Amino acid sequence: MNSARDDHQNAAGSRRPNRIDRRFAELKQSGRTALIPYITAGDPAPQHTVDFMHACVEAGADVIELGVPFSDPMADGPVIQKACERALAHGTRLVDVLDMVAAFRQRDADTPVVLMGYLNPVERIGYETFARRASEAGVDGFLAVDMPPEEIGENSKLFAEHGLQSIFLLAPTTSSTRAATICDHGQGYLYYVSLKGVTGAATLDADAVGEQLARLRGLTDLPLCVGFGIRDGASAAAVGRVADGVIVGSALVGRIAERASEPETIPAALKAILGEMRAALDETVTA
Amino acid sequence: MSRFQDLTQLPDARGHFGPYGGRFVSETLSFALEELENIYASLKDDPDFQAEFDRDLKHYVGRPSPLYHAERWSREIGGAQIWLKREDLNHTGAHKVNNTIGQALLAKKAGKPRVIAETGAGQHGVATATVAARLGLKCEIYMGAEDVERQKLNVYRMHLLGAKVIPVESGSRTLKDAMNEALRDWVTNVDDTFYIIGTVAGPHPYPMLVRDFNAVAGREARSQSLEQIGRLPDALVACVGGGSNAMGLFYPFVEDDDVAMVGVEAGGEGVATGRHAAPLASNAPRGVLHGNRTYLMSDEAGQIADTQSVSAGLDYPGVGPEHALWKDVGRVQYVAADDDEVLAAFRELTRVEGIMPALESAHALAHGKKMAAEMRPDQHIVINLSGRGDKDIHTVAKIDGIEF
Repeated sequence: MNSARDDHQNAAGSRRPNRIDRRFAELKQSGRTALIPYITAGDPAPQHTVDFMHACVEAGADVIELGVPFSDPMADGPVIQKACERALAHGTRLVDVLDMVAAFRQRDADTPVVLMGYLNPVERIGYETFARRASEAGVDGFLAVDMPPEEIGENSKLFAEHGLQSIFLLAPTTSSTRAATICDHGQGYLYYVSLKGVTGAATLDADAVGEQLARLRGLTDLPLCVGFGIRDGASAAAVGRVADGVIVGSALVGRIAERASEPETIPAALKAILGEMRAALDETVTA
Repeated sequence: MSRFQDLTQLPDARGHFGPYGGRFVSETLSFALEELENIYASLKDDPDFQAEFDRDLKHYVGRPSPLYHAERWSREIGGAQIWLKREDLNHTGAHKVNNTIGQALLAKKAGKPRVIAETGAGQHGVATATVAARLGLKCEIYMGAEDVERQKLNVYRMHLLGAKVIPVESGSRTLKDAMNEALRDWVTNVDDTFYIIGTVAGPHPYPMLVRDFNAVAGREARSQSLEQIGRLPDALVACVGGGSNAMGLFYPFVEDDDVAMVGVEAGGEGVATGRHAAPLASNAPRGVLHGNRTYLMSDEAGQIADTQSVSAGLDYPGVGPEHALWKDVGRVQYVAADDDEVLAAFRELTRVEGIMPALESAHALAHGKKMAAEMRPDQHIVINLSGRGDKDIHTVAKIDGIEF
């Protein structure tokens, strides 16, 4: 997958193999499904985020999607909207999120980190600045919900120069023509949105997802990861049978919200649910 | 030949107006936007569709709206002659209905039984609920909780029309939050739902089609000017929130280089205070929100700024992408009128001409008055009177210390 992009010159000029590609290659070899937790940076307060990231890895996370809080998260349901509000109440900015990734990297050099959010914070600090600083911090990929491949333009090249992979969404409503375009532009992995709606909405239909993924396999060799509607071991396992990775967001963020007043209990809660999912996913491998 | 003829060739195939516009949406919506683009492309130049639209504008909306010479007010000011494009006389009381008639026809062609809309002052919500009632479409309107409070009359009007008004409690509880929530609804119900966006913002093709549906006002004003003034006016003035009424008036004059155009944003407590809704006049940076790139009020970290205006309809941090380009190329000058000037203009037009303007439109009046005072009596200004002020009586009474 994207072997041409496996190695890049980063801004500092040093060579850096992309962690996302490497991680998915390892997973493929061992026949395992990627577990990809999403948490919103700065929720419930900025000083906890790095601990939460490590807790996710200890519970078996293969990639971390770190949400950049935004004032107007149009594609998100109430759970992640409120997480953004909690993070913004503490003034969490994109540059702070980059610092969190840098702090995470001091203890974890291997786990890929993808920033996920909306375009305006990047638009405001500038694409060049963002790409350079993200690369320096150890970010591996970027997914802006409101940046389809048609709008990324020259920034795709800019990001690639800094070793930053552009992750794109695919939806059940995506036409075949668009799917081909997206697969063409996609790097790292493709994020398949399992259902129409915002994050944290209804449960998904794993069979329907399986059919859609089969259609996409004809268009790309990129790993296909599925998000939206995965909330426990059972739903993770059901999707894990057809996907290369499962992405879990609102189910985690909801647990963070419940414990916002006692944040010291959150890492254990994250480990519990991710551990359940990890076990359920690994069972499907041996089964 | 006009210096600005290139401007009428926009947007490009991807919905860009120079560096602005575009389609910055989550993937689930791309399909619906492509579908809308295709439907509009197939109907845009279809004589039957245009005939149906024109018929509705004539017999249902009551077009053409008059171009009224405000002689007494002009005399009192002692400068240029002021002409009011009377969009307030349209059915439902504002320019908004031009667009909702057009989009409802598209919804019908698309076979969507349900329409949703966002609304600020409630004018677009009322105009949407009105056309939905007429076509028998299910209708739900998202409205910021703060606006629900300050626009009670319009909320009840929508209720009477059979629409459901959903108060939005997130964020700043105003227009931008209503638009967020409408987008969330659309992404969930995209199969059976048509989103009637109320301004020249949003993802492509909305800025283009809302412009096209509103441009009837400018086409009328142009021919009315030739007939009533005997020539084109010296200047056009319109208020700008998202910018649909200004776009509608200005667009047919874009290549008339001698016609000056001024867009008046909401100055709130004053642009210098930071508490306003004037992204263009305050030189806000570029940004991306609600599907398009434009000038956008946001803080250094890119979080969308809270806006402030006495008029709910202009209380929006962004502006239509075509206006952003027009600012850059200098075709239109964008200024702001603050709340105090606006309230004074509201009272003045009511007393002097017996016409009660919407607070949104009063922004254009406030600035138009200043311009007129600097001009000669043989010069002419057309001001878009985009809506009537009945809906604002509560707001103005409250400022006067009166509670009903």
